[in-house]
Amino acid sequence: MSEVSSQKPVAQAQTESETAASRRAKRPLSDYRPLIADYFRAAGAVIWKDLSAERRSKELISAMLVFSLLVVLIFNFALELDRQARENVVSGVLWVTFIFAGTIGLNRSLAMEKDRGSLDGLLLAPVDRSALYFGKAVGNLIFMGLVEAIILPLLSVLFNLPLSHPLLLLVVLLGTVGYAAVGTLLASIAVHSRARDVMLPIMLFPVAIPVLVASVKASAAILAAAGWDEIGLWINLLIGYDVIFVAIAFMVFDYVVEE
Amino acid sequence: MIETRSLTKNFGLQRVLRGVDLEVAPGEFVALVGPNGAGKTTLLRILATLSRPSFGQARIAGFRLPAAADEARRRLGVVSHHPLLYGDLTAEENLLFYARMYGIRQRAERINTVLKQVGLAARRRDLVRTFSRGMQQRLAIARAVLHEPEVMLFDEPYTGLDQDASAMLDGVLRDVAARGRTVLMTTHDLARGLALADRMVILSRGVIAYSARRGEIDPATFGQTYAAVVN
Repeated sequence: MSEVSSQKPVAQAQTESETAASRRAKRPLSDYRPLIADYFRAAGAVIWKDLSAERRSKELISAMLVFSLLVVLIFNFALELDRQARENVVSGVLWVTFIFAGTIGLNRSLAMEKDRGSLDGLLLAPVDRSALYFGKAVGNLIFMGLVEAIILPLLSVLFNLPLSHPLLLLVVLLGTVGYAAVGTLLASIAVHSRARDVMLPIMLFPVAIPVLVASVKASAAILAAAGWDEIGLWINLLIGYDVIFVAIAFMVFDYVVEE
Repeated sequence: MIETRSLTKNFGLQRVLRGVDLEVAPGEFVALVGPNGAGKTTLLRILATLSRPSFGQARIAGFRLPAAADEARRRLGVVSHHPLLYGDLTAEENLLFYARMYGIRQRAERINTVLKQVGLAARRRDLVRTFSRGMQQRLAIARAVLHEPEVMLFDEPYTGLDQDASAMLDGVLRDVAARGRTVLMTTHDLARGLALADRMVILSRGVIAYSARRGEIDPATFGQTYAAVVN
């Protein structure tokens, strides 16, 4: 049978953890600097790894881009609209394209890690797991941003509308941050399911409704040259959504990825 | 160095581990064998901090899991049948990524050393997706020893390897053990386990059913002992 030697008594183990807890509580702020540096170094490594791998494979970007182009072209040919009608629908077309393309990217980003077994490699690293989340979320944000940078001018040409307004670009950024933040978290849950391709949209779209509604409304208000009272309301909602979901994701990611 | 007490793991209503008590001394090489579904991989995943136990205790290098998982991870190297590598990165880039994740200071130097150790220095700039399974497994070992862990966990490292690659892996494993690392390896290959390990442990139906040092085992009859224990 197994050979078992003496173990530390439970009381001693509890004392150890209490001592460690009190040590942590008394640490000066400067003690946390290396931890913070480790945190950002790990998140940066994940971003670098995702960008380097994508630079070679172009697997994510090409899928997202082809899908986005098709959606934009289909909408363009399906909707024969005058200028007023175009102004009314373009923000919806814009966000439907971004959201659907983003879902493809989010799904693949985590599925590739899981399928190759490399997700375990990430989880084995001695870093706060929220740093892994942060790295993956920023990577997804960059991929979505690249696709948006190509689609936005194209949409502007096809719908003959100016879509380079700074406030519109701010809304695109805030909406994408919120979607990538919550999408990365939910994709890391969906990736464990066999039906992950279906599971992610089912979980993500209801949760992302506030960011989608706020983004569409803010974009529409900007294109209609509405006042700050109207635009600011939706932008504030987007900022609030981003802050809340980034905070939630940082807190729960560790539990989400562990069996 | 590795210690579990009454370690239990449930997946829903199914109890996979039923109170595993195991201790692996510093520098010891233990081969964990058992039939499919015995709980070998589950046990290794708990020790690797990838899964939480339902009950019981586990310690790696004195650090209790999951409370001190970060400290335990710093001391752990894990090799599984998945190489945990990125096919679209070169061998060097893969190691650079993990070196950053583990906070290794002199990265270039350390990467050079481990690539030479596993005989892949000449292929350092090649994409990992162009590597054979054996080469990927060698690189996986380089990745696992990059941060000079005290404890190494190998989960079926011979899966998918041909004879030459398996013989090469034998050499690498002997080298890992010769450097004084504590090793726990799961395998289905009894002969290989006997050839490499200091101790054989049989896990059957979620409990440790047998444990003996190599000197106490008759290799000729170990197959029969194994069959009697697991059936």
